[in-house]
Amino acid sequence: MERRAILDYPTVALALILSVFGILMVYSAGVTDAPTVAMHLWRSQIAWLGMGLMAAFVVSRASVRLLEWAAWPAYLIVLAILAVLPIFGSGAGTAASSSAWFTIHGHRLGQPSELAKIAVVLMLARTLAAMKTAPRSLLELWKPALVVGVPWVFVFLQPDLGSSIVFIGIFFAMLFWFGVPWQLLLLIASPGVSLLLAFSTAYWTAWFLILIVLVWSYKPYLWEGVAVVLANVFMGIAAPLLWDHLKPYQRNRLLVFLDPSSDPRASGYHVIQSQVAIGSGGWLGKGFTLGTQKRLAFLPAQHTDFIFAVVGEELGFIGVALALTLFLALFLRCVRIATRANDTFSSLVAFGLTASWFVHVGENVGMTVNLMPIAGIPLPFFSYGGSFMLSSWLAIGILVRISSEGRGRADSLAI
Amino acid sequence: MSFHPNDVARRARVASWGLFGAFMVLLGAFFWTQVLQNAKYALQSETNRLREVPLPAPRGTIYDRDGRVLAENVPGYSVSMLSPTVDSLRAVLRRLSATVPLGPDQMEAAVRRYHRAPNRPTVILTDAPFDVVSVLEEHRIQFPGLIIQSAPKRHYPDGPAVAALVGYTGEITEAELNSKAFQDSGYKAGQQVGKGGLEKEYESRLRGREGMRFVEVDARGRVVRDAGARRDSLPEAAPPLYTNIDLDLQRYTASLFGDSLQGGAIAIEPTTGAVLALYSAPSFDPNRFIGGIPADYWRELNSDPRRPLYNKVIQAHYPPGSTWKLATATWALQNHIATLDEHMPEPCTGGFQFGNRYYHCWDPHGHGSLTLSQAIEKSCDVYFYQLGLKVGLSRLIAGGVALSFRDRTGIDLPNESFGYFPASLDYYNRLYGPRGYSTSVVLNLAIGQGENAQTVAGMARFYTALATDGQEAQPTIVRKSQPQRRRIFQLDSAQFAGLRVALTGVVAAGGTAAASQIQGIVLAGKTGSAQNTQDPLHTHAWFVGFAPAANPTIVVAVLLEFGGHGGHAARLASRMIEHYLKVAPASAVQTEG
Repeated sequence: MERRAILDYPTVALALILSVFGILMVYSAGVTDAPTVAMHLWRSQIAWLGMGLMAAFVVSRASVRLLEWAAWPAYLIVLAILAVLPIFGSGAGTAASSSAWFTIHGHRLGQPSELAKIAVVLMLARTLAAMKTAPRSLLELWKPALVVGVPWVFVFLQPDLGSSIVFIGIFFAMLFWFGVPWQLLLLIASPGVSLLLAFSTAYWTAWFLILIVLVWSYKPYLWEGVAVVLANVFMGIAAPLLWDHLKPYQRNRLLVFLDPSSDPRASGYHVIQSQVAIGSGGWLGKGFTLGTQKRLAFLPAQHTDFIFAVVGEELGFIGVALALTLFLALFLRCVRIATRANDTFSSLVAFGLTASWFVHVGENVGMTVNLMPIAGIPLPFFSYGGSFMLSSWLAIGILVRISSEGRGRADSLAI
Repeated sequence: MSFHPNDVARRARVASWGLFGAFMVLLGAFFWTQVLQNAKYALQSETNRLREVPLPAPRGTIYDRDGRVLAENVPGYSVSMLSPTVDSLRAVLRRLSATVPLGPDQMEAAVRRYHRAPNRPTVILTDAPFDVVSVLEEHRIQFPGLIIQSAPKRHYPDGPAVAALVGYTGEITEAELNSKAFQDSGYKAGQQVGKGGLEKEYESRLRGREGMRFVEVDARGRVVRDAGARRDSLPEAAPPLYTNIDLDLQRYTASLFGDSLQGGAIAIEPTTGAVLALYSAPSFDPNRFIGGIPADYWRELNSDPRRPLYNKVIQAHYPPGSTWKLATATWALQNHIATLDEHMPEPCTGGFQFGNRYYHCWDPHGHGSLTLSQAIEKSCDVYFYQLGLKVGLSRLIAGGVALSFRDRTGIDLPNESFGYFPASLDYYNRLYGPRGYSTSVVLNLAIGQGENAQTVAGMARFYTALATDGQEAQPTIVRKSQPQRRRIFQLDSAQFAGLRVALTGVVAAGGTAAASQIQGIVLAGKTGSAQNTQDPLHTHAWFVGFAPAANPTIVVAVLLEFGGHGGHAARLASRMIEHYLKVAPASAVQTEG
């Protein structure tokens, strides 16, 4: 029986409002007293939105089964591109030393890590959906770990810290959605937590005691428990050594996160100027295109990573609340799509794509007010960038398709 | 079954609450930053983008007693630069030096000013000539932080003639900036302050209030908008300063000294202390000090042995010589030690034997037996040696102190010297040891030599008391409502009349300044020759006097360095007086007659 696809209007509407909002902000970011490269970028951003809408339309015509089938080839192609990126890649803008751009003959074609995020979500969903039950031990997780781990290593080596954080977010979110017990997720994450807490012996010791209780109560396989504990001990010891191995700019970013005023002229400059821009916006902002911090070039990367500071400066707290509410509404809608999806694969894909956005928004918006350390990570629908606009709308297309295939009732889901 | 609908619904709830939680955390962070911390960040945003460009206030105009200008402001241009960093400033200075003449000294000075106040425009040229300004205006596009503005520039129309009293202005120094007095008054690097004379003495009244223009700059320190960023506060000109100076007399005095004479002269109104003229020779041109003293001019002034920068009216000390004999006489009269008609035991034979030493009179021919009046007229040293002995050392010292020869006159100029005179006998005890000196020191003291050195202004002040009724007047340049007068001695009218007659005799035929008579005016005064440690053969010449003798309206003190006999100083003083009293010079009358 042929069923007519039902367009998920709220999702599309929210994404469209966010995109228009974003393009307006890209336009405003181009309005500066001394002309910058950002001056005419709003036009190409509109073009990218058009291409994104077309891509979304095409993808929404394709069955989820087709996507499931395409997961493997897409994943392999993405891996291949990521693998050759050190050869063909080039940096750009503030991240000139990285090789995140796929470049042929000096033409920067795009940032493959954006598409890689979607490919990884598809591949991980496929891998997890193939499992009969949710993994309960570390060993059972080797496949999903490998699916995310391989591209993660490539991205991490570019180095693209922001995207590598997104991969980790996708990994944990999808495992959670698949039903992996939170204790197991915590055990996986524990070495990372140890690494972060290693700078304070007291915190690390407290964390270590919690971990022991967790291991004792969750009762994993003996060798797994021992491995996790050892990994934590190792991280506790290794952290200071690892710190010495960080590049100076990476170290500075972390230090500046803890105290922006420690280096106000150099590394702390971005955060301070961003906070000044947002803070001076007040309730209602300085008015669209009228932000002085932005106009006078105090705000760095005002059309890409720090575009949300323009929102804060020009539209004030009201504008910020509006943008964040739109994002929250979109995400809640996507969680609903994931909940009502027809099958495990679809549900995981929907949730994975949402998680990817969520990490972007949380990190990007958080860093503008020094809630998060600075990582070069764009804001979906807002930051200027063709690849990301395109991939975001691809994801909308996929979500719309999943939504239309879903039965619309939670109790009709089946494994 | 981990994907049972109930499990999914539960996880969806967890995810939704997690999303909502993250949303609330972010919203909270923005509320904190934008609403609660708004004032702080709004201020930071303003200081980020707005630069204060000081608008210098015109200094107060200084007028003489008839409203003629002693110091005024003329339009000038200052060139300054807004720079985000010191390196950027240095780079711009290097580029600027290719366009306009800019020496390494000026560059270093600019860098020092930058370090003082990096957010203020750094002054590069305090007084840029017009051709430099027009070249810079042409190349303005190359120097985005450049600020050229009109800055009132100090000008002294009479230049050297008024230098000793008006002083000059200059850029505030590091030392001044570090001093508490200047910091409390809110002085900032690059400002102009009074450096000497009235400019310094009345700095707080003359400076006016600096205005502020706000320009908007971008992150690279380029001036984006010149005005309208915030309401400018306009500079407030200081009110004018009215002085007692008679510019006509001041100019005339300067012309009398000319290029050859050196020394100082002051003219005071005896009843009010109003300073009519004050001149120190050789002078300097204060106009050349504005906008930075040219190094060669500064060297020239400092290496000149005639010390043009040293105020010879209020700073330099000279032994008062015979002009001080009036102090001895006054004190003796007041204390009834002598009368005007009193003869001393020994007539003057050209000298006086005291103990084992022979003390000369200035006139080797001798004056014979004189009264006190005649002794003043002839300036007989032998008479005053004996009068000094009669008064006695400790009483004479007490007299000098009472007649305020240890004080400053209190004239409203900076760096005035105190009179140099012993405070008591202890002075001699300390200097020579107890009883290590003979009473003969009183001989020297009585004729104005020895341990006594006074400023020209100080001697003029003493004669204001002689010219009036025993009240000395504090010399004041700037007009004051209430003259400051103080009684220093008490004589009866007959004694006053007698003293005046004696002083008139000085400038009459047979007196020591007979050549200085003025037709139609009775001039009273006293000559003096001050021993000169530098050159014993050329004494400094003194004259202090007043006119008209019956009802004095002007007291003049003149000192000519290496001027020889006091008569030379008297000649200069008498010409000042006749000029002031608008009387035709005696010589002119004679040629006509």
